[in-house]
Amino acid sequence: MKREIWKGSEAIAEAAIRAGCRGFFGYPITPQNEIPEYMSHKMPQAGGVFVQAESEVAAINMVYGASSSGIRAMTSSSSPGVSLKQEGISYMVGAQLPAVIVNVMRGGPGLGSIQPAQGDYFQATRGGGNGDYRTPVLAPANLQETVDLMQEAFDIADQYRIPVMFLADGLIGQMMEPIVWNEHQQRTLSEKTWAASGRGDRAHNNFITSLFIDASSCEAENANLSAKYAEIEKNECRWEELLLEDAEVVLVAYGTPARIAQTVAEKLRKQGIKAGVFRPITLWPFPYSRLKEIAAMDSTKIFLDIEMSTGQMLDDVNLAVAERKPVRFYGRSGGMIPTVAEVEKAARDAYREVK
Amino acid sequence: MTTIYKKSKGLQNNELHYCPGCGHGIIHKLIAEVMVEMDAVGTTIGVCPVGCSVFAGNYFACDMVEAAHGRAPAVATAIKRTHPNQPVFTYQGDGDLASIGAAEIVHAAMRGEKFTTIFVNNAIYGMTGGQMAPTTLIGQRATTAPSGRTKEQAGMPMRVAEMLATLDGLVYAERVCVTDIPHLNKAKKAIKRAFEKQMAGEGFTFVEILASCPTNWGMDTLEANKWLMENMASYYPLGVIKETEVR
Ligand SMILES: Cc1ncc(C[n+]2csc(CCOP(=O)(O)OP(=O)(O)O)c2C)c(N)n1
Ligand code: SF4
Repeated sequence: MKREIWKGSEAIAEAAIRAGCRGFFGYPITPQNEIPEYMSHKMPQAGGVFVQAESEVAAINMVYGASSSGIRAMTSSSSPGVSLKQEGISYMVGAQLPAVIVNVMRGGPGLGSIQPAQGDYFQATRGGGNGDYRTPVLAPANLQETVDLMQEAFDIADQYRIPVMFLADGLIGQMMEPIVWNEHQQRTLSEKTWAASGRGDRAHNNFITSLFIDASSCEAENANLSAKYAEIEKNECRWEELLLEDAEVVLVAYGTPARIAQTVAEKLRKQGIKAGVFRPITLWPFPYSRLKEIAAMDSTKIFLDIEMSTGQMLDDVNLAVAERKPVRFYGRSGGMIPTVAEVEKAARDAYREVK
Repeated sequence: MTTIYKKSKGLQNNELHYCPGCGHGIIHKLIAEVMVEMDAVGTTIGVCPVGCSVFAGNYFACDMVEAAHGRAPAVATAIKRTHPNQPVFTYQGDGDLASIGAAEIVHAAMRGEKFTTIFVNNAIYGMTGGQMAPTTLIGQRATTAPSGRTKEQAGMPMRVAEMLATLDGLVYAERVCVTDIPHLNKAKKAIKRAFEKQMAGEGFTFVEILASCPTNWGMDTLEANKWLMENMASYYPLGVIKETEVR
């Protein structure tokens, strides 16, 4: 297969089109402007629809409309913009509408910086909109995985009728890497008989809504949704392990920091320190059970969580490890990227504690 | 016996939850009749707002989508763009459209989105219990303007149809009311005109309908209609506000 050099943001856009996305609605924000720019050019060529919305609020509601009417739709933004999309995301979960929302994270809070960060982990995994809800969150660490996961993102969205968040950091969006456009096997999905695409000869009209005004029916709907979340937790959890079989120091990281962690682990191994990497690919569902097993292994002595935030995934790591082994943290935030030397030092410090 | 009046096939056989004398039920019926006359119940996709008409999807017989408060024009934009040959309409109250959703309606009109907005102006927030809307008249009492709206505190009421008519993407705007049979007939004609121009691909079409909210105005039905004609119709003039020539 031919390898091609792509820029992250453009690869995200192209992968979405290849995955069958036919509606893109967005509003500019750095560092992901190449996604709407690419879409404005390529989406019409693919027979799809591109609209530059007046705001992120409008953009996510356009996605809501396109998805309601039965097509694969997406939007992309960066941190402050995703905050504005939270209303729509909650509504889409409530109305059971599939879509893909790309967040190319930058420094925060507030206007923050435009450099890569991971400070939206809580918002992505806990939900920044109202109500009890979950959205699957996919966090790729390189461009090949980015393009491969896009098909999965749309398939998961359609299979479970839920918006899926594609959580990348600014580095993934801005870097260039070789990729191969693999042929993907699309999941077998049922027809969208629920869509409001025109009633035709149907016996009933389709009414897409997230309103269940009677408290008991609203609770029943939450029970339905919870059953769906449980299915997703059972079926869709993903992670990657590297050099973990006998690792004493386990570095836990997602996205760009996971690549730094990999370099550090390989370096430490050469120096006789048994280090390995655990990389969650889905942040929700979070791979608690596997991490719990690793925490129970005799060889595992200590964990080091590495993030481009002040410690958000750390909560999940702590939950999984549940004090079986010590957990340490190293993070940079605001758009600062941890260096290999910094992470190596943090890993050595952790190792020293348990040796 | 000949039937001279019956429920439109554009409506489902559900009981409406609106208060007695409320404009919403009448307006639903007019839209439903237009859909039937245009043979469009099977193709139309409607978008309902947040407000008293939040359940409109249980009443209209066509497919419907419930939008977040104010966002119906954004939702309808995407529906129409992805289904360009089908009629699409939004149904919105004045709190929904003129306040929280002001940006969405302005930009849909600016882009000339080829759908129709039915804008129900009852000069108050109905569903949440009678708070002031951008359309509340000067001197009119509301729960958040207990001594009546003043210009100093809240500015002048917003004439939405006139404001949107300044945008080139809007090809048709008419203001009507539903207080009596002649006005009702005019209202229906306006709705039909808006749908026809939409389907001719001309641009964004807008029908503002003055309607009463007897409950929150604290009036009975007849009093409410009288108040509407005497107070609202003078500030919000009835008639065609803009109609562009077919290009
Ligand atoms: C984001 C958000 N803010 C506020 C509300 C509460 N709310 C529900 S209906 C409504 C007012 C609707 O008034 P209007 O659009 O005039 O419609 P009417 O009820 O008069 O028909 C408000 C403020 C809401 N549902 N969502
Ligand atoms: S509160 Fe007003 S707008 Fe709402 S249903 Fe009653 S009369 Fe109609």
